[in-house]
Amino acid sequence: MRLVTHNLLQCHVKGCDTNNFPLELSEIECESQETDFNPQFLRTMVPKLEWDALVRTAMKLGITTLPDKVPDTPIQELDEKFLRNLHTVLFETHIQQGKMTCPNCQHVYPIKDGIPNMLLNDNEV
Amino acid sequence: MKLKELEGLLQDVAVFDEPKIHLEQYVTTPHLASRILFTAHSVYDDIENKIVADFGCGCGILRTASHQIFSDQDIDPDALRIASDNCSKFELSVDFLLTDLTLDPKWQKNDNIIDTIVMNPPFGTKNKGVDMIFLKKAVEVANNAVYSLHKTSTREHILKKAKEWGVDCEVLAELKFDIPNMYKFHRRKSVDIQVDFLRLAK
Repeated sequence: MRLVTHNLLQCHVKGCDTNNFPLELSEIECESQETDFNPQFLRTMVPKLEWDALVRTAMKLGITTLPDKVPDTPIQELDEKFLRNLHTVLFETHIQQGKMTCPNCQHVYPIKDGIPNMLLNDNEV
Repeated sequence: MKLKELEGLLQDVAVFDEPKIHLEQYVTTPHLASRILFTAHSVYDDIENKIVADFGCGCGILRTASHQIFSDQDIDPDALRIASDNCSKFELSVDFLLTDLTLDPKWQKNDNIIDTIVMNPPFGTKNKGVDMIFLKKAVEVANNAVYSLHKTSTREHILKKAKEWGVDCEVLAELKFDIPNMYKFHRRKSVDIQVDFLRLAK
């Protein structure tokens, strides 16, 4: 699972609907995998991101290259350096193993072989 | 890429080791998968630079055909493992989620992320109504369009539902879905069932 996907996952245990994002990462094993850089696609992605959550999560993985805020320029004028860096963080950082814990209800979603398990127990749906 | 090349490429996509009948796991053939994606791309431009997802992705053949960035969901970890291997083999960057779509999961922080959904959901033969649950969820989640395969016998019902949901539903083609003899209860060698290739758009 890449960080882009982590950026949109929230806890969906029944009744857990506040403070349920972002899921906190722990015991993480990461891998870096190169993939094609597509600036136009990234530009469409930027407004859809939860930026604060992304910065915090990246920090947790030791990635400190993201600015605190999205640059205050029109989307089409975001520069290549910013986009390339974002590309690396979002699309080339793969979480292979680990856990995601809900900050509210503490439900743990395991990540195994790169696939997060979002299934819940019967009493949680 | 030309249609024939795409179809040829998809011959190498690995499929279920042991398909599970309660999940109605049938393989979308390379022939169908290539045509579905080719139409979505070349006629409607719903693929390139779009965020695409596949609900009930199985072994991920539709993903392999669309080569786009996003996540595919399935309830079967065995299928996802094969899908994940397929994407590595074709050097595609895709994320998979293990989830049960029939429970209407709300694991998405924002509802405006996914542009296009391309899927071949269960037909609802073994598990009544599951086809419509997938379709409704897909229509709710996709910003642009949903491409899906359904039994032609359910067409009137789907057209009526689409109207209720406030989306346009177009039958792009009638197809033959070849169900080979793969489960024990199958008596005949292979059966063609009549299937509609649908596009639903907001």
